[in-house]
Amino acid sequence: MSEQKYADDVLGSSFKKIELMLQADYGISKHSIGSLLLQGDDEIISLVKLKDPENFSKIMEAVNFAKSSYNDPLSYIIAIQNQGKANYIIERAMEYGPSKGISYREKISKVMIDPLTGIPIMLLVLYYGIYKFVGDFGAGVLVNFIENGIFIKYINPLVIKIFIKIIPWEVLRSLFTGEYGIITLGVRYAVALIFPIVTTFFIAFAVIEDSGYLPRLALLIDRLFKKIGLSGRAVIPMVLGLGCDTMATMVTRTLPTKRERLIATILLALAVPCSAQLGVILSLLEGNPKGLWVWVGVITLVFVFVGFVSSKILPGEGPSFYMEVPPLRLPKLSNVFLKTWTRVKWYFIEILPVFILVSVFIWIGQLTGIFNFLTMLLTYPIRWIGLPDKTAVAFLFGFFRRDYGAGGLYDIKKAGLFTGNQLVVACITLTLFLPCVAQFLMNIKERGWRAAVGISVFVLFFSFSVGYLVNLAFNTFGINL
Amino acid sequence: MKLNERAEEILETLWVNNEKSPGEWMDLGLAKDNPEIDELLKLGYIKLINNRLSLSDKGMIEGRKIIRRHRLAERLFTDVLDIKEKLVHPVSCQFEHLLQEGIEDDICVLLGHPKTCPHGKSIPPGECCRKSQKDIKKIISVLSEMDVNQKGKVAYIYTKDNPTLQKVMAMGVLPGMAINLVQKYPSYVFQVGQSQFAVDKEIASVIYVRITK
Repeated sequence: MSEQKYADDVLGSSFKKIELMLQADYGISKHSIGSLLLQGDDEIISLVKLKDPENFSKIMEAVNFAKSSYNDPLSYIIAIQNQGKANYIIERAMEYGPSKGISYREKISKVMIDPLTGIPIMLLVLYYGIYKFVGDFGAGVLVNFIENGIFIKYINPLVIKIFIKIIPWEVLRSLFTGEYGIITLGVRYAVALIFPIVTTFFIAFAVIEDSGYLPRLALLIDRLFKKIGLSGRAVIPMVLGLGCDTMATMVTRTLPTKRERLIATILLALAVPCSAQLGVILSLLEGNPKGLWVWVGVITLVFVFVGFVSSKILPGEGPSFYMEVPPLRLPKLSNVFLKTWTRVKWYFIEILPVFILVSVFIWIGQLTGIFNFLTMLLTYPIRWIGLPDKTAVAFLFGFFRRDYGAGGLYDIKKAGLFTGNQLVVACITLTLFLPCVAQFLMNIKERGWRAAVGISVFVLFFSFSVGYLVNLAFNTFGINL
Repeated sequence: MKLNERAEEILETLWVNNEKSPGEWMDLGLAKDNPEIDELLKLGYIKLINNRLSLSDKGMIEGRKIIRRHRLAERLFTDVLDIKEKLVHPVSCQFEHLLQEGIEDDICVLLGHPKTCPHGKSIPPGECCRKSQKDIKKIISVLSEMDVNQKGKVAYIYTKDNPTLQKVMAMGVLPGMAINLVQKYPSYVFQVGQSQFAVDKEIASVIYVRITK
């Protein structure tokens, strides 16, 4: 577009008029201020009202006149003009080499986003990246080494010895070094369990992120996620949830609408097991492949069902999906390392106080007998879904540490108190059962009190209802796992 | 000599009847005292025997042209101008008479030689359709209906939803930008400028592209 024609049109003259009327110093060019005014930027409008009060009404008159002269929003008109100018510069300043045909990067990209080849690749990435690396290596090998090899062997005995000397009162001492003490449980849990799992997860996530695979995963899954009221973008918090639901709940911030954030929070609280829990449940169902498949099936079904229903019930518009697909790149080791380091550090600062708080809660709960009372209350729904009374303790602790609950089941299984059916019912119910206390606190922080409590009440009833139904199905059809 | 609207409508009715049940003669009925009937008879467009009407060969050709204009107009109003469904038929009825011969072929080219009207009835092909038979392509197509690997330039963005428009703009999809479709399923993947984006069907349906290749 030529300069002359540009000056002739309404937009050009509006720009000139507005620039003349802007008297104050804004720190940026008057043209930019004018442009933002014309595009209806609320912040700038109130700034101009403040700095140029005498001309303000005239300026807004000019803005509204320009607006009324076009059918499309001015932001669109201005964007088209800017694009024209940019193209004008590019045409003169850039040269493109002869195209070399399709590069190998693009070929790999095509293979990744074609559903025929892309879905197997996605499953492989999730299997090796999450299940093998985080689950087997992080939650298995590393946790085992740090917990049993370092804490239980050296640190715990040492700390207990020291505290016996400095604190003579048994009750107070148990706050620090008791079965659920701040150091013996809180710190140990954070360092021995969370640290290796979260670190391995963040490494895997950073590699997936930096390679540019994430948007490709998102575009593959978008259609599926639309059915449960989410867009492909939500794949990020959902995959993160397999690492840690608390962190994933925080990442739901990146979703564009309130409705999507709420659906994602509900699904994370209910049906996405975190890596700590996943690890223990997988080892619980080891040697019971049919039981494992029933567990996978029921949890998937619940995920899809609850997502589908909430997308139908919750008000608001459906999600829309758009995402840049950057070129594939080999992740840089230093970047992966730096990202992992900052995230782990941040995570620790956020999560360590929560674990210490949890230890204090458990201490108070046991001291005052509140825990015994809650355990007794829990035995009712536990009996209702056909499990032995002892499982109630595991469920109660499951609220404080999701995997601890599953760990409690492990002890009961070892003692031979579970039938195959009961074990599967217990695993399913516990997976769906209340999110851990850290996630609950995060739900409050991100979604507010009412939503967080509402979600928890729903999850509590829903988990036991599913447990009941599965148990009923087992009994009705005479299934023995 | 140009026929008037009433006369054209009579030819239209007869042609549609012949399309439904070929060879059947139509009852003259209420059209009995119409001056247009006499005129059409005089000009040799229709045949009248025992109060029953039928098209002559000449009338057949003329009727076919009118129907073609009518159904193309319906396509134009539905696809491009987005006129409410209820209004499509009446507006097209008026519009068909305004189309000069030859202009309907331009519309036909613009719409990509559509085969049926919005109600699913077939549009009689014109000369332009026969010419383009080897190489059927639309001049303007919505991104969601383009073929994979088809290239073009963004023609316009059509949406009444401001947030959607903002999203499209944020991707740098603006009139005049070169665009090509990389993949259609499960999501729409396209290249615009030097960047690739993935969008869902809702967003892909507001981007209109002038096809170049």
